[in-house]
Parts: sequence; structure tokens; C-alpha cells
Amino acid sequence: MLHLENLSFSVQNNGQSKQILKNINLQIERGKLYGVTGPNGSGKTTLAKVIMGILPHTEGHIYLDGEEISGKNITQRANLGIAYAFQQPPRFKGLTVQDLVKIAQPKLKNLSIRKKMRDVGLCPEDYMDRDMGSGLSGGEMKRIEIMQVLARSAKLAIFDEPEAGVDLWTIQRLVDIIVGIYKNNPEAAALIITHNRNILPICDELIVFEEGKIRLQGSQAEIWPLIRDDIVCQVQDTCRGEEII
Amino acid sequence: MKLNKLDKNLLNTISDIDHIPAGAINIRKDGKPVLRQSSPNILITTGETGGLIVEIKPGTKNETVHVPVIITKTGLNDVVYNQFIVGENADVTIVAGCGIHNDSHGKSRHEGLHEIIVKEGAHLRYVEKHYGEGSGTGQKVLYPTTKIIVEKNAYAEIESVQIKGVDDTVRITEAYIHEKAILKVIERLLTHGNQYAESDIKIFIEGKGGSGQILSRSVAKGNSSQIFRAALVGQNECLGHVECDSIIMDKATIKAVPELIAEDSEAVLTHEAAIGKIAGEQLIKLMSLGLTEDEAVDTILESFLK
Ligand SMILES: Nc1ncnc2c1ncn2[C@@H]1O[C@H](COP(=O)(O)OP(=O)(O)OP(=O)(O)O)[C@@H](O)[C@H]1O
Ligand SMILES: [Mg+2]
Repeated sequence: MLHLENLSFSVQNNGQSKQILKNINLQIERGKLYGVTGPNGSGKTTLAKVIMGILPHTEGHIYLDGEEISGKNITQRANLGIAYAFQQPPRFKGLTVQDLVKIAQPKLKNLSIRKKMRDVGLCPEDYMDRDMGSGLSGGEMKRIEIMQVLARSAKLAIFDEPEAGVDLWTIQRLVDIIVGIYKNNPEAAALIITHNRNILPICDELIVFEEGKIRLQGSQAEIWPLIRDDIVCQVQDTCRGEEII
Repeated sequence: MKLNKLDKNLLNTISDIDHIPAGAINIRKDGKPVLRQSSPNILITTGETGGLIVEIKPGTKNETVHVPVIITKTGLNDVVYNQFIVGENADVTIVAGCGIHNDSHGKSRHEGLHEIIVKEGAHLRYVEKHYGEGSGTGQKVLYPTTKIIVEKNAYAEIESVQIKGVDDTVRITEAYIHEKAILKVIERLLTHGNQYAESDIKIFIEGKGGSGQILSRSVAKGNSSQIFRAALVGQNECLGHVECDSIIMDKATIKAVPELIAEDSEAVLTHEAAIGKIAGEQLIKLMSLGLTEDEAVDTILESFLK
């Protein structure tokens, strides 16, 4: 469905060009769940933003169902069925949770909005009319973000570290929902950027980034055994030896 | 120009003067009263200066008084002095506001001085909406002044909204808060084109346990300019807070001057002021949900000013 061909992204820094994505080749198929992982700063979010049209790639091509979409802007790509759940969702003063979900999916009726909220572990009574300004916690913002993308029924949904800041109980539930929607779905595919060692093994395909390049790529069965120890290690490093999941 | 969401909301906002609601009302058109109606609890009479005297009986509950002003004649310089007395323990809403329609090239001007006394234990919501429209280059000018006294244990909320069409406005608000009384001043302002808007708010918290709050949100577009001055004077053991938050766009200018004056060591006064453009991340987020850039900007501004 989505095909990235020799994709590169560079930025200009003090007159010097710095390559952040280097010659990425990737083929995303419907019905599959893709796990994208790799160290901090390796280019995962940058890839998501390039696919969404938020950052313009500097070389290569992006094809969606055979059509080159490089010239399409964010809105056009959204309308073609690409959705992206931000790693750090922005806040909006005066906009309620409900307002935002309705923007994401104008067709949704109140009853379905309530169901979607419960899906991500948010009690509709408490959250429907909450302001998207400063009152919500990081984990709450994250769940609302994921809910919006789920509401869009996108053909390609990208989740950028959906587990970050979300409590354990909810992570499991989110994973179940994402798997339920995207695994074996003949219409759609999902790309999950994650460091979570409970999410990675349930993906169909794994992609490992390193310094802007794809270091490893293949089926879960091939790749997971190769990276499992790194991930466990990394997780334990980042939380000073304690297991977070 | 096609109506965007903001425009439609605006029309909705001034619809109070489109039809005649039941209850106490006074409609002033082009400098003359065209309709006046008192209610059993709310008496509207003409004062010595020709302005209104609105007397709300003590204990009146859940009533609304409408006192809109509309100006459709060019070259008019309408000046009015109104008085409102909200009786003890009453709980009412006053809807004021001014709409100017000016299709010509001459100036239309309204200058209103409103003096409000909120008696002991009363509860008042005072809403003032300003709007201008018309095809000509004629200036639509509004100079409203509000003086309010909030007596012991009373609560008052002043909400002023100016979303579009007023070319030049200087709004002055002066308030005196007595013992354990609360006043909240809420402002919503949008300026565009070459408009100029100035708001000068001064709140004296005189009584022990009094509380004053100013919350201002504004958007400045085009070449417009805004000046916002908010002073809190704490003269007793009291609480005061000023918050002004502005979105700046295009070539607009905004000046925000919060001022805290404590004249008692038990006064606690705080302020927050922020001016900034629309965050790029917000636009990107909404576009990634399928909105165009213009729709995203409208959505952000509309909700910010809600
Ligand atoms: N506009 C930019 N200018 C300069 N450097 C940038 C820019 N955007 C991203 N980078 C750099 O590109 C690299 C990749 O960033 P990216 O956000 O894609 O990493 P990531 O893999 O998502 O990391 P994390 O796991 O921390 O989320 C980082 O080194 C980052 O500092
Ligand atoms: Mg990232």
C-alpha cells in the first residue's frame, strides 16, 4: 500500500547539510502491523512526519497505492487515509476533547464517541467536555491522541510511542484495540513506533532504525530474537534498572 | 466573502437584538429609545441625563434585562449614561451591547457610560457584546466605560466580547470590591484590518476577603493593534489575579501591561501574560486530521475566544 523508495531527509544547519533519514526503502502492506524501533534520535519520528507530509523529504519517492504523493500536503494526505498519532500531542485552549474527536471524525455520533473514549480508558462523563488546554495530564493527552487516530479509520495509521506515559493497564488495552483493528485487516495497516517489549513481539513485521538508516527489517520471527536483549537492556537502562513492564 | 464559522457564531452572538425577548428590555436605536418594557421586578426609567435607570428589586431571581444599542445612521455620535442598581440578594443577568451598521464613509460613534451597583449578597452577570458591520469605509467607533461597585458578599461577572467590525474602541472598566465580594472581568477580543482596541481595567479591592480576577483573551490579525492595561489595587487582605493571553498574527501589534499594586501586606496579587503566534504544532495536528490550513486557523481562533 505504502511504498518508500530511496527516501532521504536532510536539514540545513549553519550552512551544513545534515542527513537525518538516509536512503530508506520500505514496503507497507495491508493487513499487517509494523513495529518500528531503534535508539533515541535514530529517525523514527522523522520518518512518520515525512510520511504524513509534515516534513518534506529531500530525495526519493513516496507512493500510496501506486500513486506518488510527494507533492501532496498534510491535509491531502490525511484525506487519502494517512493518520499520525503524535509522540507529543499539542494542547489547544478552548477546544474540548469532544470537539477534537469530532474534527477527527465528523461522522461520529455521541454514542460512538463515548465508546471510543472508553476504549482508551477514559470515562466519557469525566472527559467529554474537558478542555484540551493545560488541565490534562501527559498520559491523558496521549490517550486522547490515540483515540483521534483510531476514530479516523485510516488506511495507514502511525502511532508514535503510544505507550509513553500511559499506565500499564491501559497499554494492554490499547494494544488489544490496535491489534483488533489492524491485524489481518484487508483495508488497512498500522505502523507502531515503540520501545515496548510487549508490543514489538505481537507485530507482524519489525523495522529497526539506527542513525537515520534501517538497520534491520523483516518478519517478527526473524528480527525479534535479534533485538530482544537490546530492548530489555535499553528499557532497564532508561529506568535505572527497574523493569517498567 | 463567504461566512466562516467565526462569522456565523458572531451573528449568533448578537441575535439578542434580533428579536424581542420577554421581560425587561430597552432598545435604543440611533440615539433614541425605540422600545421599553419593565417587568414586575425590574423597573426601567429615564434619568435626568436622558439615560436609563434600571432598578432591580432586592431578591429578584433568574431574570434577564436586555439593554442593546443599535446604530444604523452615519455621522451619529451617540452618548449615553446609564445606571443599574441590582438589589440585595438578587440574581440577574444584564445583557448590554452595541451593534453598528454603517455602509457609508462617515463615522458612527457610540459612547456609553454604565454605572452598576451590585448590592449586598447579590449576584450579577453583565454581558456586553460589541459588533460593527457595513460595506463603506465609515469608521465604527465605540467608547464604553463601565463603573461597578460590588458590595459586601456580592458576586459580579463582567463579560465583554468584541469579535469583529469595530474600528476603534477604548474600553474603560473601573471596579470597587467590598468585603468578601468577588468580581470577575472576562474579555474576549478580536481585531483585524486596521482596527485599534484598547482596554483599560482598574480594580480596587477595598474590602477584607475581597477577590478580583481579570481574564483576557485576544487575537490580533492584519495591521490591527491592541493595548491591554489591567491594574489590580489590593487595599486589604485580598486576592487578585490578572491573566492575559493573546494570539498575534500577520503584522498586528499587541501591548499588554498588567499592573499589581499592593497597599496591604495581606494582599496576594498575581499576574500571567502571554503573547504568541498560533503554535505550528497545533496547525499541523488539525491538518493531519483533515482540515485545511485556513480551517485549522479558524478552529484554533474560534475555540481560543470561546
Ligand atoms: N529540524 C531538525 N533540525 C535538526 N535536527 C533535527 C531536526 N529534526 C530532527 N532532528 C534530529 O534528527 C534525529 C532524529 O530525530 P527523531 O525525532 O526522528 O528521532 P526518534 O528516533 O523519533 O527518537 P526518539 O526515540 O527520542 O523519539 C535526532 O538526532 C534529531 O535531533
Ligand atoms: Mg520519536
